[in-house]
Amino acid sequence: MEIIKDKQVVNDSWQVLRLHEGDAADSIAVPQGNYLVPLPVWNCQWEALCGRRELGLWLGGLERAEDIPDDVNRFPVIAIDIHKFTDGRGYTLAYRLRKQYGYRGELRAMGDVLLDQLSYLKRVGFDSFALRADQNLQRALSGFDTFSVKYQASVDVAAPLFNRVARGVA
Amino acid sequence: MYHYDDFDHQLTAERVDQFRDQVRRRLSGELKEDDFRVLRLQNGIYMQVHGYMMRIAIPYGLASSAQVHKLAHIARTYDRGYGHLSTRQNIQFNWLRLEDTPEILAELATVEMHANQTSGSCIRSITSDELAGVVRDEVTDPRPFAEILRQWSTFHPEFAFLPRKFKVSVSGASEDRAATEINDVGVQVLKNAQGELGFRILVGGGLGRTPIIGQELVAFLPWQHLLTYLEAIVRVYNEFGRRDNLYKARIKILVQAIGIDEFRRQVEAEWQLHKDGPSTLTAAEVARVTAAFSTPAYEILPQLDASFEAAQRDDKAFANWVRRNVTAHKVDGYAAVWLSLKHPGQAPGDISADQLDVVAALADHYSFGELRISHLQNLVLADVKQSELYALWQEAKAAGLATPNIGLLTDIVCCPGADFCTLANARSISLAKAINERFEDYDFLHDIGDIDLNISGCVNACGHHHVAHIGILGVDKSGEEWYQVTIGGNKGTPAAIGKIIGRSFSFAQIPEVISRLLQVYVRERDEGERFIDTLRRIGHEPFKTFVYAEQVAEEAKLLLPDYEALQVGVPYELPYFSPRF
Repeated sequence: MEIIKDKQVVNDSWQVLRLHEGDAADSIAVPQGNYLVPLPVWNCQWEALCGRRELGLWLGGLERAEDIPDDVNRFPVIAIDIHKFTDGRGYTLAYRLRKQYGYRGELRAMGDVLLDQLSYLKRVGFDSFALRADQNLQRALSGFDTFSVKYQASVDVAAPLFNRVARGVA
Repeated sequence: MYHYDDFDHQLTAERVDQFRDQVRRRLSGELKEDDFRVLRLQNGIYMQVHGYMMRIAIPYGLASSAQVHKLAHIARTYDRGYGHLSTRQNIQFNWLRLEDTPEILAELATVEMHANQTSGSCIRSITSDELAGVVRDEVTDPRPFAEILRQWSTFHPEFAFLPRKFKVSVSGASEDRAATEINDVGVQVLKNAQGELGFRILVGGGLGRTPIIGQELVAFLPWQHLLTYLEAIVRVYNEFGRRDNLYKARIKILVQAIGIDEFRRQVEAEWQLHKDGPSTLTAAEVARVTAAFSTPAYEILPQLDASFEAAQRDDKAFANWVRRNVTAHKVDGYAAVWLSLKHPGQAPGDISADQLDVVAALADHYSFGELRISHLQNLVLADVKQSELYALWQEAKAAGLATPNIGLLTDIVCCPGADFCTLANARSISLAKAINERFEDYDFLHDIGDIDLNISGCVNACGHHHVAHIGILGVDKSGEEWYQVTIGGNKGTPAAIGKIIGRSFSFAQIPEVISRLLQVYVRERDEGERFIDTLRRIGHEPFKTFVYAEQVAEEAKLLLPDYEALQVGVPYELPYFSPRF
């Protein structure tokens, strides 16, 4: 499928492994190839999976910090599944992964992701975006540059505006 | 006041461009209403009874005359010639067309105004004390910190999709005029025993379905940590606030569920990760913003102006107005003036385009070109020379802005109600009008004295009825509108939630119910005692007993069509979505 990565529309081959009804996290088979594995599966099967460097991880946005593996940088991709675009937990989770856990790999927003949200998502540390199917990806590319001024610090800028630039007399 | 620098201008312009594109996509059908709704709400745009409503921020209630003239222009050009002041220092226009809204925002940007985050599940417009900077009971002017918070919260990328709305209010005086105890976060600026500046932070206050007074989260937070500490609060809320039930999604429910101590523990743990980091406030930034609120060029004047004294002796009507609508100023020879928007026959908080132009001109002539909006839906000219009060009064009177009723029974705080709002069960404005007509006798009103009467058209409590001495709430019972009466609430220092007196009343019974409550007060009061003091002394029971002792008759004229809600069709065919956010 097409996603946006590094501000470009690219083809992406990562598959998302989902637990369906009847699947159990400790027994579901993780197929060969580039799969994003849900956190419960990783946590249940990590001994078997930890040798497979090609696997990525996906989080549902509800995870508690203590559930997230310590060695996040072993994953080339971590995706956060935004089940509803108005649910902002994924933003804080992304912020934590970058600032607190020091995650340096690809951080992907997937699910109910709207092009109008890209500038905020990018600011909190996402760098790839699997948008909702109805979104116009070409149009989405211009969404990154909506705001050139950023008052507050986040993942993209370490300091608030008043600590970055000389501001005028108010 | 604070003026935009290039960065503020740039960002405001970028926001207008963004919304212009979103509206264009909505009108072309590319953007569906379900998605657009959330985007427009973050620009203060609701879909209401008559069409689109825009809620424009007046940050911490301060506006320049140029800004007020612009609001008048918007009222005339895009609306039906009037606006409505909300209970959070915003102004609302009710009759807009969606396709005009980007242009309105562009016009606002030319005078350094916006409608950013006046709605939606985000950090809302920051409110403060309408008398900031001019009263003697102030520790320090809260507005620089309100402006710093405005900037911090504007387009904060992590907090645009919180579980629910998040309201912050800042006060710097010993008397809380900013409702800090009923906001999600209340910031009280103060000095500690060593004279150092800091904040007492309250959390988890709010009205609505579950009225709760905010609790103290930290007794003294040194000023440097304001942003990092608030960020920790909002981050914990964003992660753990409930999202499964709209009615339990405010931070107050989280704080109640885990307890203030556990909430504090979580916030402190989060804060430790960022304390003393790059978002720590600097003296330079505080000084930069504080300079914007520097003292105007006051003249050296005697403490009391002789002509002002004489005018009060000579003109009883003027003296009555001074008694209610003028308050002491920290600078000798000056006064702060309330312009009442509670004129009989007028919807509380409504202001016409012509009146907006008049008050802007008054601000220019009498008060250094600045005007304040109070959360009690009146206007304030904060820096008027006593010697010019008489002339100001005459001009204000001619414009219908000098009703001498500040703090009296007819200074009713009132939401737009069913005439305008899709959420309301009840006709707040019509009820306010009925009450105003019933109790219009000036001497009676003065005899009753200080009393807060608030009306909310539904349980969302925009009229803050819980914290009024007498609160009226519109409730829906199987499709019929009824009115529930609470007494004993208080809006500040300390805030208190009123108690319901008993079963609800019909619209036409309410004026008589209020009359009976006042009769108990007049019967029981001690010399000089206010309604709320008598109520606290004797308790609710005597009031309740008297109100329900005999059948309450309905006031005949209130059953006539004049008092029915406006019947205006929605001029749009767009699908309706509740603006409950």
